[in-house]
Amino acid sequence: MTVDLYEYQARDMFEKHGVPVLQGIVADTAEEARAAASTIGGLTVVKAQVKTGGRGKAGGVKVAKTPDDAFEAAKAILGLDIKGHVVKRVMVAEGAAIAQEYYFSVLLDRANRSYLCLCSFEGGMDIEQLAVERPDALARVDVNPSEGITLAKAKEIAVAAKFPAELVHKVAPVFVQLYGVFTSEDTTLVEVNPLVLTDDGRILALDGKVTLDANAEFRQPDHAALEDKAATDPLEAKAKEHDLNYVKLDGEVGIIGNGAGLVMSTLDVVAYAGENYGGVKPANFLDIGGGASAEVMAAGLSVILGDPQVKSVFVNVFGGITACDAVANGIVAALEMLGDTATKPLVVRLDGNSVDKGREILAAANHPLVTLATTMDDGADRAAALAAK
Amino acid sequence: MSIFLTKDSRVIVQGITGGEGSKHTALMLKAGTQVVGGVNARKAGTTVEHGDITLPVFGTVSEAMSETGADVSVVFVPPAFAKDAVMEAVDAAMPLIVVITEGIPVQDTAEFWAYAASKGTSRIIGPNCPGIITPGEALAGITPATITGSGPIGLVSKSGTLTYQMMFELRDIGFSTAIGIGGDPIVGTTHIDALAAFEADPDTKAIVMIGEIGGDAEERAADYIRANVTKPVVGYVAGFTAPEGKTMGHAGAIVSGSSGTAQAKKEALEAAGVRVGKTPSETAQLMREVIAAL
Repeated sequence: MTVDLYEYQARDMFEKHGVPVLQGIVADTAEEARAAASTIGGLTVVKAQVKTGGRGKAGGVKVAKTPDDAFEAAKAILGLDIKGHVVKRVMVAEGAAIAQEYYFSVLLDRANRSYLCLCSFEGGMDIEQLAVERPDALARVDVNPSEGITLAKAKEIAVAAKFPAELVHKVAPVFVQLYGVFTSEDTTLVEVNPLVLTDDGRILALDGKVTLDANAEFRQPDHAALEDKAATDPLEAKAKEHDLNYVKLDGEVGIIGNGAGLVMSTLDVVAYAGENYGGVKPANFLDIGGGASAEVMAAGLSVILGDPQVKSVFVNVFGGITACDAVANGIVAALEMLGDTATKPLVVRLDGNSVDKGREILAAANHPLVTLATTMDDGADRAAALAAK
Repeated sequence: MSIFLTKDSRVIVQGITGGEGSKHTALMLKAGTQVVGGVNARKAGTTVEHGDITLPVFGTVSEAMSETGADVSVVFVPPAFAKDAVMEAVDAAMPLIVVITEGIPVQDTAEFWAYAASKGTSRIIGPNCPGIITPGEALAGITPATITGSGPIGLVSKSGTLTYQMMFELRDIGFSTAIGIGGDPIVGTTHIDALAAFEADPDTKAIVMIGEIGGDAEERAADYIRANVTKPVVGYVAGFTAPEGKTMGHAGAIVSGSSGTAQAKKEALEAAGVRVGKTPSETAQLMREVIAAL
């Protein structure tokens, strides 16, 4: 799992690690933006804080000469819909006279099981476009995780990216600092676009993108506060409270399963089955993991039943280390715990370890909402049929 | 025969005294595995009992290797300590290191992988994986050994429970070796490594490869199959209905833009001559047809 940061969060993180950045103050209202602009003084730039590209074209970035300009700019930008992201916050940033724009990023390279640095002397444009149209202008330099980006390596990168000799010594230390952000913050991506040279000869990171590795939260105590809780779906937030791996989707069949791969596969099988029933679709991804205790099952069921779109639920469990009798007991206990709040039909498919005992337990409980399926395909079909009713 | 793990493999467990390590040591022994000891620096010199078997606990991997002749280590150490545990096993030149631990920061994995690659003496499977099973011979990991027995199919998968599902679907035919490579963005053994080993294994007659959304490992595997694999391969890819930008449980399972989609992976595999099932049951059916035609 990863967490993408807003530009202002990336800016703060860069500053913390010594990367040269401009002053920037966030504002949630036009009044706050005016105050921020007068604190900064001079020319400012008001920038929409959204986790998507193309905000300049969408009118999400405006230059303000005065605090009143910043007020007007923020008023225009706040509430703007940029590719489905509604702007709730802007950053008022210090203006700068830009002489040149460059591109720099360091990221996890899955294919080579290593790190990769992308860098170009020609910045300011969409990097994907540059990579396609002028691949020779974009340097791709492998970074060995055991060695990292030293000053020598940074110079090698700058030369490969076709920086002229007089600029290599200027940008290289910034590359080293950015690599410091990459490793010390446990990220999978640090991108600066653009990295700029100002008229007065300074190198600055003008806009940044950072993706954090959520697996590292145990040693990054500051990271939890950077997560965007307000933007999270309320059902996803509730699931998170219970440590459940849940993703809300836009369908009618609630899904519970064990193991990420099996749950993903269950979504597909339900969607295929749904084609026969007017196109009903899976309502969510929910992986309850190995230990399907009654508490976990109850928490999962209550999250799914809290989704008003859900019309039926498919529980698809392959008993591995967790035996099916434990899962069956979990389902029975969960339905007892939920009582009258459990109102939607449940189709349960159990296979694997102790399957006979598991099925016996469910048959004996004879709960009016529960149907037993014989196979994964059969269960998906029954759940889709129930959701289409 | 089999790949990477046989009845002669001598297995130690790093984290043998912890809850998971202890539970799965018992299951590995039950599956016939020669578990010969464990490692926990704080409990060096003690022993652990499993039924009538007593296993020594060593302070270091290298000591465990020299005392027991171990050639496989299964790592159950918690995420915060997993990197050091794997590095230690690499330093000891442990031939096979199976990292079960889930939730290791990816930069730690990148580092221990780079370290292992520079030494060139260890194969790593995982992290965040169910491990490897050669049914009827040995288990290094957490795959239930009771699903099925030995047979002609080799299986490689990112996912644990999908591996179990597929072994269950084809339980009447059986498997030479089933290997779960893990769902993290960086894994030590790839689909391609497993395909190469299955191609070379005389007892594997056909291969089932299970992938999922995210990255381009399946596409690269497809290229490899086209050029190097003569045995029939049947494929399955999970995540056709996964939306863009949502991580589906595994850290690596995310569709970003046009890359990493199940459809792209299916097309790449089919272009390489791999028959790809829409569902686990259809995939199993394709494998039955392949086996029947052998």
